[in-house]
Amino acid sequence: MEVNLTLLAACAVMSGCGVYLLLERSLTRVLVGLVVLSNGVNLAFLAASGPAGDSPFWGSADPEDMSDPLPQALVLTAIVITLGTIAFLLALAHRSWQLHGHDDVQDDVEDAAIRRLALDDATSDSFGLSTDGQEQDDPVEDRQ
Amino acid sequence: MTSLVPLPVILPLLGTGATLMLFRFPRAQRIVSALVLTAVVAVAAVLLVSVDRDGTQVVWLGGWEGLGIALVADRLAVLMLLVSAIVTLAVLLYSIGQGITGDERETPVSIYHPTFLTLVAGVSNAFLAGDLFNLFVSFEMLLFSSYVLLTLGGTAARVRAGTIYVVVNVLSSMLFLVALATTYAAVGTLNLAQIATRLDGLPPSVALMIQLLLLVTFAIKAAVFPLSLWLPDSYPTAPAPVTAVFAGLLTKVGVYAIIRTQTLLFPDSPLSTLLMVAALLTMVIGILGAIAQSDIKRMLSFTLVSHIGYMIFGVGLATEAGTGGAVFYVAHHITIQTALFLVVGLIERRAGSTALLRLGGLARLSPLLGVLFFVPAMNLAGIPPMSGFLGKVDLFQAGVAQGSPLALLLVAGGTTTSLLTLYAVAKTWALAFWRSPEQAHEMARLLVGHGEEDRREQDQQAVPAMVEHRGHVHVGSVAFGAADLDEARQVADADAPDRDLHQLLEADALPDRLPLLMVLPTAGLVLASLAITVIAGPLVGYTDRAAADLTDRASYVGAVTDGVPR
Repeated sequence: MEVNLTLLAACAVMSGCGVYLLLERSLTRVLVGLVVLSNGVNLAFLAASGPAGDSPFWGSADPEDMSDPLPQALVLTAIVITLGTIAFLLALAHRSWQLHGHDDVQDDVEDAAIRRLALDDATSDSFGLSTDGQEQDDPVEDRQ
Repeated sequence: MTSLVPLPVILPLLGTGATLMLFRFPRAQRIVSALVLTAVVAVAAVLLVSVDRDGTQVVWLGGWEGLGIALVADRLAVLMLLVSAIVTLAVLLYSIGQGITGDERETPVSIYHPTFLTLVAGVSNAFLAGDLFNLFVSFEMLLFSSYVLLTLGGTAARVRAGTIYVVVNVLSSMLFLVALATTYAAVGTLNLAQIATRLDGLPPSVALMIQLLLLVTFAIKAAVFPLSLWLPDSYPTAPAPVTAVFAGLLTKVGVYAIIRTQTLLFPDSPLSTLLMVAALLTMVIGILGAIAQSDIKRMLSFTLVSHIGYMIFGVGLATEAGTGGAVFYVAHHITIQTALFLVVGLIERRAGSTALLRLGGLARLSPLLGVLFFVPAMNLAGIPPMSGFLGKVDLFQAGVAQGSPLALLLVAGGTTTSLLTLYAVAKTWALAFWRSPEQAHEMARLLVGHGEEDRREQDQQAVPAMVEHRGHVHVGSVAFGAADLDEARQVADADAPDRDLHQLLEADALPDRLPLLMVLPTAGLVLASLAITVIAGPLVGYTDRAAADLTDRASYVGAVTDGVPR
């Protein structure tokens, strides 16, 4: 099969940019990342469909010269689905902005708890001070 | 009979349209959705009987034989259809009873039913899909409905959890698209049966790449470690029936897709070792997470992740017995996990919270609730003679029969996980159901230093010793983290609006009894899970036949390509 290198290169660059943006904190940037990424992926479908040819209408051309219509149909479906998802994410970002005044993706409960533990440790007097290799872990006894 | 095959997809979609039009008439919406899902259960039951008797049924939509979209109903697919139909019907009735569609202020009235029915259509379509792109579309259908259901009402917690959930799943959809493009470029078709015949001609490296892409995609949906971290965070924030149906079905659709593609496309899988290792890690790390939780919903979300490991174990064995064990375990786990989440919804309704710190004495407060929690919880942990035990034994036998050191290690890991599950649910039972509400209240006050003087005056043995260690407080054998201490502070603070069960009981601020329409579906699911135990013999026979079908790829390919013009 012939492969269109330009398409593949564009696909790679767009996917790379999309993934980079996905790693951002702001939901709007994540969203832009998804748009770029999905367009990159759609290009991969076009690359998979082989070289371009005549429009695939019955009787309009020799079937040998037609381009493969199936990947185009698939891409169309993918585009519609992505559009819906993007719209939904936009609504989420807007709601998040309404609620918090920003649209940053927030830490999950577990991460937040771990982060607070780390902060507690950093500000704690007793942390790392035990000399005998054992941590003091019974402050209840100390209080008595 | 083949005309029945598309009905499990078409009926819910028609129901979606009907309920959307009826958005002004909540009562009519409820009747329509209940009728539709009952019809789906009936259709799935008929399909199960006829497919088991006459073999796989195939429908080419629109008569485009060999070119169009194929729906394939084989033994595995119709079993999944029937179990999911029963579960969704129960959840729908439960949500009607809960009034999620009516009087709860946080949730919009009209969109719940259409969205739920679209979810059901997506799930059915995923089970019946005979080509990869149709599978992708059904994933999108059920995911999109799940986005809406998860963020119902748009509260801060749900928006936070929903954001992560949506982004993770969109990313997995993108991976799926890459996999589809790669597959199409490699074999020129997306029909599963045709891919199966053409994959053998590919260079091994290309086949491996396709397999890896599909596996990663489905592993994100199925929440296989290390791709499971999104799940315990997003599920617990949703309304109880939504969490129940997500936990029961959505991850299992991922597992189903893994079973289908592994057995049909990659039977001599070079990745079975990888799958086994992933299964072990999923089981052990998941259950360790469950032990650390002190909220029942979060605990159950972690056990959900953990028990996905059992099914992946069955698939990873790549033997007929292993596949059969995995299929049985999926059927068992869908019912049991959904039932447990519904019970948690009942607990929340009856006692006002699912945080262990705020609960106590539920067994006395509502013995029925105690039974409804105890039976599926023990079943989940694998206490004989219930179906959880049978499913695990089935898998372990398959593992021992396969005999590789890794399989034996997994059997050991599975046993450990089962025991730790027992520990996790027993801890929940002891704290939420067994101790008295006064004890619970005292412990919460003690956690934040209140009542220290009372404690010294009293007999020291009355309250277990409390030990503080790196931000966690250990009371007896139970550890409470920073989030729990916040809860405890609220409980101890007389002015805080959130009160625990003891305070609620004293203020007499609790509903007297549970709505019958919430209890009945839950009890029905618990009974269904027990019924799986009773009919385990025939069911294992059935799943073994399903596994034989799956192992014999020629039967699937033959059923799809038979009579198709070339």
